[in-house]
Amino acid sequence: MASVTYEHVTKKFSADTTAVDDLSLSIKDTEFMVLVGPSGCGKSTALRMLAGLEDITAGQIKIDDQVVNEMPPRDRDVAMVFQSYALYPHMTVFDNMAFGLKMRGSSRTEMDSRVKEAARILRLDQLLARKPRQLSGGQRQRVALGRAIVRQPRAFLLDEPLSNLDAMLRVQTRIELQKMHQRLGTTFIYVTHDQVEAMTMGDRIAVMKDGVLQQVAPPREIYDEPVNMYVAGFIGSPRMNFLPVTITDHQAKASGLELKLPKAPGVARGILGIRPEHFLPNVSADDAVIDLKVEVLEVLGADQYLYGKVGSDELIARVDPQLKVSVDDHVRLGINMRRLHLFDPETEQAVF
Amino acid sequence: MGTAIKADAVAPWHRRRVRIYDREAPLGYLLLVPTLLILGIFLLYPFLFGIWLSITDSELGNLGNFIGLGNYRFEWRNTDGVFYTAVANTFLYTGVTTVFKLALGLVMALLLNQAFPFRRFVRAALLLPYIIPTVLSYEAWRWMFDPTFSVINWLLVNTHLVAYPGPNWLGVPANAMAALMIVNVWRGTPFYAIAFLAGIQVIPLDLYEAARVDGATRWQQFTNITLPMLRPVLLVVLLLSTILTFADFQGPFVLTNGAPYNSTQLLSIWAYQWGIPGGAIGLGAAISLVLFPLLTLVVAGVLFMLRRPE
Ligand SMILES: Nc1ncnc2c1ncn2[C@@H]1O[C@H](COP(=O)(O)OP(=O)(O)O)[C@@H](O)[C@H]1O
Ligand SMILES: [Mg+2]
Repeated sequence: MASVTYEHVTKKFSADTTAVDDLSLSIKDTEFMVLVGPSGCGKSTALRMLAGLEDITAGQIKIDDQVVNEMPPRDRDVAMVFQSYALYPHMTVFDNMAFGLKMRGSSRTEMDSRVKEAARILRLDQLLARKPRQLSGGQRQRVALGRAIVRQPRAFLLDEPLSNLDAMLRVQTRIELQKMHQRLGTTFIYVTHDQVEAMTMGDRIAVMKDGVLQQVAPPREIYDEPVNMYVAGFIGSPRMNFLPVTITDHQAKASGLELKLPKAPGVARGILGIRPEHFLPNVSADDAVIDLKVEVLEVLGADQYLYGKVGSDELIARVDPQLKVSVDDHVRLGINMRRLHLFDPETEQAVF
Repeated sequence: MGTAIKADAVAPWHRRRVRIYDREAPLGYLLLVPTLLILGIFLLYPFLFGIWLSITDSELGNLGNFIGLGNYRFEWRNTDGVFYTAVANTFLYTGVTTVFKLALGLVMALLLNQAFPFRRFVRAALLLPYIIPTVLSYEAWRWMFDPTFSVINWLLVNTHLVAYPGPNWLGVPANAMAALMIVNVWRGTPFYAIAFLAGIQVIPLDLYEAARVDGATRWQQFTNITLPMLRPVLLVVLLLSTILTFADFQGPFVLTNGAPYNSTQLLSIWAYQWGIPGGAIGLGAAISLVLFPLLTLVVAGVLFMLRRPE
């Protein structure tokens, strides 16, 4: 159990590749922290510096109150689950899981009891004598988790541990990971490019882009109050709609829409952000209303997505699947004004 | 389905040929014929001819008569003492050089796998002993071991490691054997090193990363990951090298040719000496064929030692 602190951490692989740029982030003891961002944004690098697999170019990383910049991985007492699982192909499941204990000179009986315990939790009891190549993808993934659990480390580092599983197994394992976090009560640092994983698992989410941390907050807050257009667009599916507007006082005007903003932003131009799920089917007198010309529609059972145009702007709306719509229809939808976002077009920062 | 319909559609005179192409087994054997022919001419024929020679009293230029296993009774020609020396030497020579080639090759591969300046160049240079024509390099070694002009001794004496004039390399039995082994190790190590390097380079790096996070020291990474992952390469290299060293001829022939007093006599050299300069080609064939069961034993031993641990 431990807290982890990144203080102005930078990682340059060469003069012109900065993988992580001035990252400051503090992760509390027993917290489930998710680092999320698109491929290549520096998530893995941030995690690998913590594990001791990459040197730190500038800044420092602390585990509890100890600076670990120069500490070799073996002394950090953290466990890592790799995206590839990195199971030792020549060892049995048992030996894979016992490896960390063996390297630290644990007794045979202790190895035995801890591996058996972890195997029971992960339902690997029957597979202990197998080699990794004799396992399915999901089983391998559990062995990789088991190898980490057995060590009872101060923190678990997981680098996209679910990305090689099929969709159903991924959801199932996601839930098991959350249970495991509750049971173990250890700090988890979890890297993923999948915003659904981030939203469902994280106590807090750290969103990264091009090596730069954008926002750290609990999932709800990230969703409700994104600090900039990047976070707003990355979290949520389908993506938030962005409509360029000109503003005079309280009035915002887009190509096919005019509405009264809840407060005067004091800027002349802006970008409205409206999530597809924040349109209202029943339009009342004082709501802002759009007239959406439907071009494509997708019915997904529980939801229905309308893709179309408002004036000259593209827009996606999520509506009740019972709503009977066909292509080329014009649909009148209200806008949930309390969920409206406005961004500065220059800085892309949120105005509200 | 499609092919069957097509086969029916072709003219009858054409049909039989199409059938042959369609049936896998006959076609397979047909395609094997060229390979079998080549193997037969260049491997099987000499081998069988050697066996035939070994049970005749053939001499150079004169195919002899069947004499049963007489050639294998080395005591008949009063050569049994040398026979046992040659067998023992062959084992000693193969065993000692293999251990050194293995160890040095592994160390070399590990060093070459590190990042350092001019790495490509050094890697290429490492293969030199393997590329230089053996006549040249073995002659050079003979000169380096020369009792009067030995460069090695000159170095040893001038660095005060040994007293003047230094060891007589090729004239004293134990020294001569050591010299043969040194040259064989010099020539054979690059093969091990390159094979091991190739083997090391395909080990996924994340295994080492996982091991480091799991707390393995460098030595533990080596023994727990590198070595076991190299096992398949080790097996192939060890087999090939054992076979080649067991029957090694050129180096020992150029350097000592069995001298002094048969102390560096190897089965391969001895077979040559009887068969070609000695003219007793039947006896020579018998001696070389003795290598065969011995080598089989050695190979079985290597395979057993490196069997898959389950
Ligand atoms: N060993 C390396 N050498 C050079 N560049 C690297 C190395 N590892 C990662 N990078 C670069 O650093 C950036 C961040 O990589 P990474 O942390 O793996 O991203 P992510 O895990 O978010 O996909 C990428 O641009 C990548 O190309
Ligand atoms: Mg990554």
